[in-house]
Amino acid sequence: MSSLVRKSAAGTMESSDVFVEIEPADGLEIEIESVVQQQFGQAIEQAVRDVLCGQGVTGARVRLTDRGALECVIRARVETAVRRGKESA
Amino acid sequence: MRRSMLFLPGNTPNILINGDALGADALIFDLEDAVSPDEKDAARVLVRSAIKALGYRGCEIIVRINGIDTPYWQDDLREMIPLRPSLIMPPKTSCAQDVRTVDEFIGRLEGELGFEAGTVRLIPLIETALGVENAYEIASASGRVAAIFLGGEDLTADLRCKRTREGAEIAYARSRMVVAARAAGVDVYDTPFTDVNDDEGLVLDAQTAKSFGFTGKAAISPRHVPGINEVFSPSMAEIDYAYEVLEAIRLAKEQGRGAVALRGKMIDAPIVARARQTIEAAEQLGLGGNRHEK
Amino acid sequence: MKNDKLTPSIAEAVRQCGLRDGMTISFHHHLRNGDYVLNMVLDTVAGMGIRGLTVNASSLFDTHMPIVDHIKNGVVTGLEADYISGGVGAHISRGILKKPVIFRSHGGRPYDIERGASPVDVAFIAAPTSDPMGNCTGKTGPSACGSLGYAFPDALYAKKVVVITDNLVPYPLQDWSIDETHVDCVVKVDQIGDPSGIVSGTTKITRDPVGLVMADTAAKVIAASGLLKDGFSFQTGAGGASLAAAKYLKDIMLRERICGSFGLGGITGYMVDMLNEGCFETLLDVQCFDLKAVESIRTNPRHREISAMHYASPGARSAVVDSLDVVILGATEIDLDFNVNVHTDSQGRIMGGSGGHSDTAAGAKLAMIIAPLSRARLPIVMEHVTCVSTPGETVDVLVTQKGVAVNPRQKELAQRLRDAGLPVCGIDELKARAEAMTGVPQPIARGDRPVAEVLYRDGSHLDTIYNV
Repeated sequence: MSSLVRKSAAGTMESSDVFVEIEPADGLEIEIESVVQQQFGQAIEQAVRDVLCGQGVTGARVRLTDRGALECVIRARVETAVRRGKESA
Repeated sequence: MRRSMLFLPGNTPNILINGDALGADALIFDLEDAVSPDEKDAARVLVRSAIKALGYRGCEIIVRINGIDTPYWQDDLREMIPLRPSLIMPPKTSCAQDVRTVDEFIGRLEGELGFEAGTVRLIPLIETALGVENAYEIASASGRVAAIFLGGEDLTADLRCKRTREGAEIAYARSRMVVAARAAGVDVYDTPFTDVNDDEGLVLDAQTAKSFGFTGKAAISPRHVPGINEVFSPSMAEIDYAYEVLEAIRLAKEQGRGAVALRGKMIDAPIVARARQTIEAAEQLGLGGNRHEK
Repeated sequence: MKNDKLTPSIAEAVRQCGLRDGMTISFHHHLRNGDYVLNMVLDTVAGMGIRGLTVNASSLFDTHMPIVDHIKNGVVTGLEADYISGGVGAHISRGILKKPVIFRSHGGRPYDIERGASPVDVAFIAAPTSDPMGNCTGKTGPSACGSLGYAFPDALYAKKVVVITDNLVPYPLQDWSIDETHVDCVVKVDQIGDPSGIVSGTTKITRDPVGLVMADTAAKVIAASGLLKDGFSFQTGAGGASLAAAKYLKDIMLRERICGSFGLGGITGYMVDMLNEGCFETLLDVQCFDLKAVESIRTNPRHREISAMHYASPGARSAVVDSLDVVILGATEIDLDFNVNVHTDSQGRIMGGSGGHSDTAAGAKLAMIIAPLSRARLPIVMEHVTCVSTPGETVDVLVTQKGVAVNPRQKELAQRLRDAGLPVCGIDELKARAEAMTGVPQPIARGDRPVAEVLYRDGSHLDTIYNV
């Protein structure tokens, strides 16, 4: 477990995918833009928090542009972005 | 029953999430050619997450990892083996040692995870001239090998010939693969047909593969799946004949006759074995109705 | 001899027809997203200072966005339609009209116009070809659209009828659709529409693998239903998966040498191919979707134009939908009682309408909905649809890529499909399967102000759409 060292991104803007941008910050800041905001906004935020917690990230600014991705896709993209953000460039 | 194996690009959520609806008997989650080098990490995580969440009920799960000459294949296996996929497909397998390299690494991971050794099996992809020449040693290199799979695109590049619709250029490789697989007692799968819009060509190509003795065929497009399934399912005529064979055998036994003829041909042990395989396949696929009751 | 009806301008025609504040004017939608006429007329009447009009349009498309300003300025205060596309629909959903929009079906509209439940004062009929007395057709001219089926009730029952054309031909036009006995004024304009928006060059079947799986299943359901035999009749939409289903169905019909009686509906080139290859004796065409259909209705006597009443009116002694075997329809949502929503999107915004959905569902022996299990993480099967467009009693089967649900009222059909090896399951199972993938969506917020009332084809109230 280590914290983020750089800005990173994962995913795409294709339908059923999500584009995740993440950068080091103090505390958690999560911004979600989704085509299913009303129906799944809360669920998406919870999934993001789960993954960050599982990856030991406590400080991050996260921005999601969601094109109707399933939760397993959102989790995968956030995890990839976090892993990338932990690697020194 | 594995007739069709459909490639799913490993980093494309839109296609991954519907994989189990496309009619394929097996799904090949592709971490290799379908994924660009800078997305290998993302594809691994996505495929792992999708398999875990969606389960793909009714489909066998195969993962094509990156080649052992790349920096990716061990990370691929570290992500995938915990999911216990049915099969791992190592690409560009050219000799028995290639198989053993992957075999040993999987064995180590299985040990770490506390899995019974040999849970995850292999379907080496043979797509080089050397690989074809070594097909038997590849097929018999490890108890993990469940099948071998011919890759016609890379092979023809290696052979320096053109891939054609009719496929005369891979006829030798096809024969050699089938002989090697059967000699080693494993299954054997044919290369995908690459023209997505040529439905007729696909069916002809699948029929050719079946006539060579292949167990089934891979597809790069979902459009090819129904055609492959149809070709590699026993036909009604084959099923009818199989039941006739078994009935003739039963009658002969009843009447205490040794030699049995059907439609003017002697029925010997291999024909009976074939008939049993056909009926078993038909029953697995729900074909042939209630005939076994008669 | 009666005077020439040629009128120099739309404004003059409006004056001659006596259009005043508070009246109702009507339009057909055969020029679809290429139509110029509705905007031209509204701009004209606005310029003349007429206000408080009700617009009865068989459909509104995004090319009609200027109507939003006419609504805001009080020129248009009432709206009646069978279909409103998303651009205009979003504004309606925000509540720009004080009076709720009245949604009807393609069969309900002519019924209500004819019986006076929805009287029209002046009908403006865009006509791709007309003579000076108003004999007119959609089959020829630079803006040809094929059938003029939806314009018939307007022509027959409006108090005044204005034909607007960009292709004036000498009297008499021989192959007319609407004849001069109904027409008061004829106006020649430069262009009634943009041909590229009127009909598509070709309508293409889907390449989406999920769509093809659904289409294949849909064709197998039809084959197993017992209805696919000589004399078979069929309607399908122009959506990608519906067209693919028609293609697979054609393959089956040709292989089994089945000769159907008629193909119905909005007609595409695929249906024309089916006619020409012997799958049907006749096409009955209320609207053409592409150039091939337009060409066919112009040249092939077995390809017939029908009026909206003949197509689907519940007030007719009989309508073609009553003789229909199978219809394939789409859905944005379907619920556990098989009620279908085609009016609003997942956020509750207006982006469609019945069109002939509820008419054909009511008439057909087998009404099939074809839809993916989920779209953009939203399950297609809901507990309750956001808006009931077509009542579940008239819907027989739902085909998705992961299973087929049969309305419990159709026990025999379910058994036939099971016997054919099709993946039949309960609609609740499809809902559960979708939610296992997507999660359970939170209900959407909606306002408490009605923005549209949805009427069933017989004029009864089906549902209310609220502002969002």
